[in-house]
Amino acid sequence: MEQLLQAIDNNLILIYLLAFTILLGFELISKVPTVLHTPLMSGANAISGVVIIGAILLLRQAQSDDYFTLVMGFLGIVLGMINVVGGFAVTDRMLEMFKKRKSSK
Amino acid sequence: MLASLLNIAYLLGALAFVVGLRRLSSPDTARRGNILAAIGMAIAIAATLGYPFERAPNNYSWIAGGMLLGALIGWLAAKRVKMTAMPQLVSIFNGLGGACAVLLALIEFRQLDLFSTSAGLGPLLVLGFTLLIGAVAFTGSLLAYLKLDGKVWDSQVTLPRHSVVNLVLLLLVVVGMAYLIYQGPPSFNLVLIYLALALVYGFSFVAPIGGADMPVVISLLNSFTGLSAATAGLIYGNQIMLVGGILVGASGTILTVLMCQAMNRSLFNVIIGGFGGGATAKAQEGDQVAKTVTPSDAAIQLYYAQSVLFVPGYGLAVAQAQKVCKEVDDLLQANGVDVKYAIHPVAGRMPGHMNVLLAEADVPYPQLLDLDEANAALPNTDMVVIVGANDVVNPAALDDPGSPVYGMPVLNVWEAQHIIVLKRSMRPGYAGIQNQLFFHPKTSMLFGDAKDSLQELASEIKGL
Repeated sequence: MEQLLQAIDNNLILIYLLAFTILLGFELISKVPTVLHTPLMSGANAISGVVIIGAILLLRQAQSDDYFTLVMGFLGIVLGMINVVGGFAVTDRMLEMFKKRKSSK
Repeated sequence: MLASLLNIAYLLGALAFVVGLRRLSSPDTARRGNILAAIGMAIAIAATLGYPFERAPNNYSWIAGGMLLGALIGWLAAKRVKMTAMPQLVSIFNGLGGACAVLLALIEFRQLDLFSTSAGLGPLLVLGFTLLIGAVAFTGSLLAYLKLDGKVWDSQVTLPRHSVVNLVLLLLVVVGMAYLIYQGPPSFNLVLIYLALALVYGFSFVAPIGGADMPVVISLLNSFTGLSAATAGLIYGNQIMLVGGILVGASGTILTVLMCQAMNRSLFNVIIGGFGGGATAKAQEGDQVAKTVTPSDAAIQLYYAQSVLFVPGYGLAVAQAQKVCKEVDDLLQANGVDVKYAIHPVAGRMPGHMNVLLAEADVPYPQLLDLDEANAALPNTDMVVIVGANDVVNPAALDDPGSPVYGMPVLNVWEAQHIIVLKRSMRPGYAGIQNQLFFHPKTSMLFGDAKDSLQELASEIKGL
């Protein structure tokens, strides 16, 4: 118990950040027209590619002869980058069509 | 100095995510929102590349190589995919993000093992969690992709009593996690075994979930990937990973709930599965015969109708028939027919998917009716043309408590004067349920590929 309270005390800012971000995420999405569900899911998916930051951090600090970390990190960057670039590009393609529809009115 | 500037860059990136998501949820600003979020990501990546570490080996050539390769693959996939295959692509992208988180956790676990570093309870929990959710998101998304792409059918991957199997696996996963953490820094082999278990669980988790529920699952797995990105952010003490991941985790959860609401089902019900196949629908009464209609008769009926309502479904998208459908629409409108489209919330393979496909064919926005608008308009509609839709017009949803679709809001097309169903054959729809609508006295069937049938209709109407 003591330890737990100590841990909460030490990471108070982090816990604030977590709580507020969760609420923010709920609030941002709670009123979305159905039309936008697919692009929104796809855009959010691209944002979850932020995990690539971790792969970059890891590779930058990996020893130059630690081939396990180098290869796995490299793979992580490739996968993360597909998620990020592909995700944003495909979302843009979907949304482009909504725009075209407007101008043709 | 540089470090503080880059920390500010991280802050800007995180804000761009928040504002971008906000704009993505409104039609007028959606495209700019997406671009803004992409800019946020670019800032975050650039800041990570430039962050000053003391005596870090950097390995920039490895990093640049990976980024270029990944960007190229992602870009090509996004540009080349057909609009109909969009949901599959989103699913696979999502899976790759999960796989990335798994790799990170693996590397960190290995370093703990290699240098026999003593790690506290917190870091182990964070690593284990990242590994678990990343792995579930990875194999789950892969299976969702295979199912949506029609490469795997539910019956091929579902065991008898699959919910029991899943429960056992879930228990194993939880107990395994407790063991990993309780043991202190585990040996790498143990971690690999746990990873295998988590991968199997992800696959098994999605296996019993019916094809029609895939959008919900993808949305759920998307929020998993977000969570795994957030916990990976905890490993590195990186705020933007944390903020981005949690945002996606939270918004993905809400989106999942919204999608379930559109189908009038609970998330629990979706996860247990059994939508299609398993449940016992009302027995098919022996020799019912569906009426058929020739293209020329159908064309005449449509041409002289006051109002026509198209109900497009996934069959329209598969046949790439959006543009021909628009052509028929134009021909009818030229004769003063009032043409509208009824879009069921789950038409297509994802909510909003059908809107994207019709937008691609330049159908103007005011012609699209949502579920409530369409149901209000149906009693005053002369002709309903159902193109490749099935479950969303199934009357069993209203009057057959034994049917798996019972309770789902549907389009009450039988309230219109006449119904023409364009369909390949009498085969049941994606959810695998028979549809009494096809035997309804108001219904006539026009068999054939949706695109061919529409083309015939178009040429018949031109000939009138």
